[in-house]
Amino acid sequence: MKILVLMKMVPDIVEELEVASDGRSLDQEYLRFIVNERDEYALEQALLLKDGLGATVTVVAPDAPEVDDVLYTARAKGADRLIKVTGLPAGSGARATAAALAVTLPAIEGALPADLVLSGCQAIDDLDGFVAPLLAGALGVPYLGLVSRVSVDAAAGKAQVMKEFAGGVMGRFEVSLPALLGIQGCEKPPRYVPVAKVRAAIGAGGIEAVEASAGTAVAPVEVAALAKPEAAGHAEMLEGSAQDVAEKVADILAARGLL
Amino acid sequence: MAGNVWIVAESWKGSISDATYEALALGRELADGLGVRLEAVLLGHGARAAAASLGRADGVLYVDHPALADGVGEETSRALAALAAARGPGLILVPTTNVSWDLLGLLPARLEAPLVNFCREAVVSGGGVEFTSLLYGGKMAATVGAGAGPVVVAVLPGVRPAEAGKGGAAPAVEEVVADFVVGGGVRWLEYEEPEAGDVDITQQDFLVAVGRGISNEANVEVAEELAAALGGAVCGSRPVIDQGWLPLVRQVGKSGATVKPRFYVAAGISGAPEHTEGMKDAELIVAVNMDPSAPIFSVAHYGIVEDATDVLEALAEAVRKRKG
Amino acid sequence: MADPTTSSLLGIPGYAFLWVLTLAALALFGLRAYRLAAALGRGRREPRWDHLPRRLWMTVTNVAGQRRMFDNPGIGLAHLVIFWTFLFYAFSFAWNLLRGLLPFLPLPYADEVAWVSFPMEWLTVAAVVALAGAAVRRYFFTPERLERSRDATIILLLISLLLVTFLVGQGAKVAAEEGPASWSPVGGLIGGWLDGLGRAGAEHLFVAMWWVHMAAVLGFLAYLLYSKHLHLLASPFSVFAASLEPGGMPLPSEGAARLEEFTWRELYNGLACAECGRCDRACPAFTSGGVLSPKDLIHEVKLLVLDAARGDGHRDLIATVGAEAIWACTTCGACMERCPVFNEHIPLIVQMRRQLMVRGEVGTGVQDMLTGLTRYGNSFGQSPRNRAKWARDLEFEVKDARKDPAEYLWFVGDYASFDPRVQEVTRSVARVFHRAGLDFGILAEGEQNAGNDVRRLGEEGLFEMLRDKNLAALESSSHRAIVTTDPHTYHALKHEYGLNGRVRHYTEVLDDLVSSGRLPVAPSGGGRVTYHDPCYLGRYGGIYDPPRRLLRSLGLKVSEMPRNRSAAYCCGAGGGRIWMEDAPGGGERPAESRVREAAGLDGVGTMVVACPKDLVMFRDALKTTGLEGALAVRDIVELVEDAIGATQRSEA
Repeated sequence: MKILVLMKMVPDIVEELEVASDGRSLDQEYLRFIVNERDEYALEQALLLKDGLGATVTVVAPDAPEVDDVLYTARAKGADRLIKVTGLPAGSGARATAAALAVTLPAIEGALPADLVLSGCQAIDDLDGFVAPLLAGALGVPYLGLVSRVSVDAAAGKAQVMKEFAGGVMGRFEVSLPALLGIQGCEKPPRYVPVAKVRAAIGAGGIEAVEASAGTAVAPVEVAALAKPEAAGHAEMLEGSAQDVAEKVADILAARGLL
Repeated sequence: MAGNVWIVAESWKGSISDATYEALALGRELADGLGVRLEAVLLGHGARAAAASLGRADGVLYVDHPALADGVGEETSRALAALAAARGPGLILVPTTNVSWDLLGLLPARLEAPLVNFCREAVVSGGGVEFTSLLYGGKMAATVGAGAGPVVVAVLPGVRPAEAGKGGAAPAVEEVVADFVVGGGVRWLEYEEPEAGDVDITQQDFLVAVGRGISNEANVEVAEELAAALGGAVCGSRPVIDQGWLPLVRQVGKSGATVKPRFYVAAGISGAPEHTEGMKDAELIVAVNMDPSAPIFSVAHYGIVEDATDVLEALAEAVRKRKG
Repeated sequence: MADPTTSSLLGIPGYAFLWVLTLAALALFGLRAYRLAAALGRGRREPRWDHLPRRLWMTVTNVAGQRRMFDNPGIGLAHLVIFWTFLFYAFSFAWNLLRGLLPFLPLPYADEVAWVSFPMEWLTVAAVVALAGAAVRRYFFTPERLERSRDATIILLLISLLLVTFLVGQGAKVAAEEGPASWSPVGGLIGGWLDGLGRAGAEHLFVAMWWVHMAAVLGFLAYLLYSKHLHLLASPFSVFAASLEPGGMPLPSEGAARLEEFTWRELYNGLACAECGRCDRACPAFTSGGVLSPKDLIHEVKLLVLDAARGDGHRDLIATVGAEAIWACTTCGACMERCPVFNEHIPLIVQMRRQLMVRGEVGTGVQDMLTGLTRYGNSFGQSPRNRAKWARDLEFEVKDARKDPAEYLWFVGDYASFDPRVQEVTRSVARVFHRAGLDFGILAEGEQNAGNDVRRLGEEGLFEMLRDKNLAALESSSHRAIVTTDPHTYHALKHEYGLNGRVRHYTEVLDDLVSSGRLPVAPSGGGRVTYHDPCYLGRYGGIYDPPRRLLRSLGLKVSEMPRNRSAAYCCGAGGGRIWMEDAPGGGERPAESRVREAAGLDGVGTMVVACPKDLVMFRDALKTTGLEGALAVRDIVELVEDAIGATQRSEA
């Protein structure tokens, strides 16, 4: 079985985000990039399938700051092949990324066809679309999103997947392979890989850099302004030690007859 | 913007979702502002009756097809794209919920139309529409314009009160034929309900919600103590569920439950839109977070910048004391 | 008097018979020794041959002097007597054996020499009495932690046999020689009872006793390495080959679970263990009812080595010990501090944790923390830019040591920087330093977690990464010395970064500042406090006196908890435990037990700590034990600041 995992870098929101002087983009000074959290689950799902059934796992990521570390970490966790797609400007929208991948991936020797393409179901900067369904549409393969369990019957060319609905309800679906799945979760959190193993992977190298072919995407959504959201309202802040504020909250509860 | 405003009605397990009415209320404003018709689009099989509650729209376009019975995005997106190609709407509003998720993702591809994602506000301005989208987990808001239609808009739950999208006389329902090829690559089999026996958090008056900021599974117990003192239950945001510290049925927000308790404590929850959509209507919300700029403080009534565990402990103590 | 070795036995000359017996015993002994050594040889190499004079001295004081046994003086003395009796016995036996094997030597037998036989007789009587007591206890009033094993019975019988045959032989000798020897009082007594045998009969009895005695001792020798008394021979070398580094860590490795992955020294722990259980009694994970028993851990190692000596030993030690037990260790070092044979439990634990890391079998809480540390350099998952945020509320500017040279570089540490419960104490330290006119600066976001806990969690690669970044940041700043508030950081910087004497704990610096008069304090009215020794400051760092001296110079009286100084009881937070859940099946948490211990002292209302993690753990324990009214937990610097405040008020 062949599995392709798409990963991408997004701004790290642990760091304070600031708006650049153009008023439309993020200030680059303290901006750091981190791998999209859901993509880590996509990788974990691929590795779990590899552990269980045997598979080759290829990880593809558009070039971005710190992406090499992410790719090597994937290798240390068990990914077989690492591909970095260069030439996509940082901050390219989901639309442009999907369009470029749709023409670039088929041109990479041995990357496609893959039985499964897995990607995070969404990212925090997906302003103009989600990469996974856009790419599925362009590649002409079935797509299902918000998937949190995958089991594969390779002989039958089918996968059974669980998709999350609301209130803990899961839907069971059958998907014909090849297919593209937007991953939301996994049986277990992404595995930890010790730094030494990542360093060894870095030492061994082996990231294939592939220049992106330009895809044809619809006109991107233009950001006119970027700002910290003005709150419709803001909480009344309670100050003091933990004990003090606890007493204040208890007062509020008591005043509302909730105690 | 010449075309009409469409709102894709979301019917799940036989009823129209609140998120649909919320988007409908927004769509009403936009259609009025643009001076165009507001049409609700309902896709299904033998589901025409559901159209009756969409009276705030000027009319309902109903597509009936066996392939649309289970709401599989592969099929609904094909049907809707075919219909839109035929009719040329200006805006297509889709509620951002798990039910509409695949439709939302695939429709822009099928229609080759732009998408405005994470939309939490839209206003008519100068003949066009200006959208506001929440990015980066709610930490930034982008003002976005879009070109000529059709434009697909992913509307965040809670954009308007659901009540504002309800009512009106029974709308005119036009049954239309969508000329689409069934894909068939994805087949719905069944729903799995969560295991019975656990608490139903939608039925609780008091909820103590924990998020990534509690940093440690042991602190779930601290939340349990407060919940016990209040006579309520513990719930959580996505990261806590991902870690396996709480079961999926305890999740609030997207993929989880929408709750409206009398009292909601959000401890160590930053307040990404995926979470706040599920709890913003609680009667009284107190948020505790170490980060004073956390978006949760714009949803909460009272805010505390402190270590969440400390406050939960102290609050449990204070509640126990008051209750004697 | 007949010489047993020159008279014939079953038609064979006695000495020849003795040669056969001796060679047989030595062969059995040698075979076992060879197999055990071969089993150890399957382990990895680990050099423990450096600093020979120091190692020899350590061996002399701890083996001959039995130093560590004296933490309980009664048991220490008893053990010392038994040990030296054993040596004396071994000496006289060796003498007799030599004389017996080489009858032409112009030597008497050892028991014919007054200065040997006289003490031997009395020691033997004492040993018989002691053994009888031990036998009664073992077989009639079995204490719970003693097991009745066949092994113990065989040993007890062999020892009884060799003791009794010696005494009866002495009696027979006296009887045969008609008249008591002046230096054989016990022999004389027994000889009196044997008068009826006549001279020839007594002589036969003597020869018989002699042979049985020699056979018993040789049997003991042959059996020793097959029995649990193996430690008698193995433990002295364990002391010799002990680690000379404080808090020494395992050699670089990918961790260990199988015999071949451990070093020989790690495996040797199993052979040296006397199963005395001191480690268990000192262990916070064990005594809080958790799943870890350091003694059982070592015992599992022993079983593995013994299996290997039988040609097997392919088990996975992590599976037999259990991951839960491996994660339960706080690395407080109490087990190693107490172990009389210098066994090294923590390196074993860390080896297995490393292996668990490689396998990816890490709890979610720890995993999150490690991921955060890799990315942000702190365990709070916060932006590095927030590291110096605590300093914003101060009335003065804290110097950035990366820009301006400072006398002291203050390495603040994670908890002191980020934990809101500790930040006020951190500001207190800053105010006191400022008041003393100390020229100090911080690295701000240039500082990262020092990696002490990370290393003990088995994440060696992450430790190295953090160390390298910190060393680079330290190099980029100009300072004379380093001061740190966190003992875990202190240990890492001092011993594991190799910065040694440049690193000081803030209690040392404060002690200097106060005693030199640079920091004027007004001694208070003589309150009574107790002081908790942080594991990484006390046991690891050997710093016990500066904090106590500082407290006394503030006018405070210091009462000691029953477990103090090197016997101090861990708060339960070390070795990465602070990021984990309480171990399953736990009873009272270590921190709770510790605050009860402090609260139980007469007239003590304050427990003083000198470690940010202690502050967090003990304040939490006060709440869970309901001791909040009875005891306060305060950082030592808060008391210093109180005393400064008093001088400022009196100056005003």
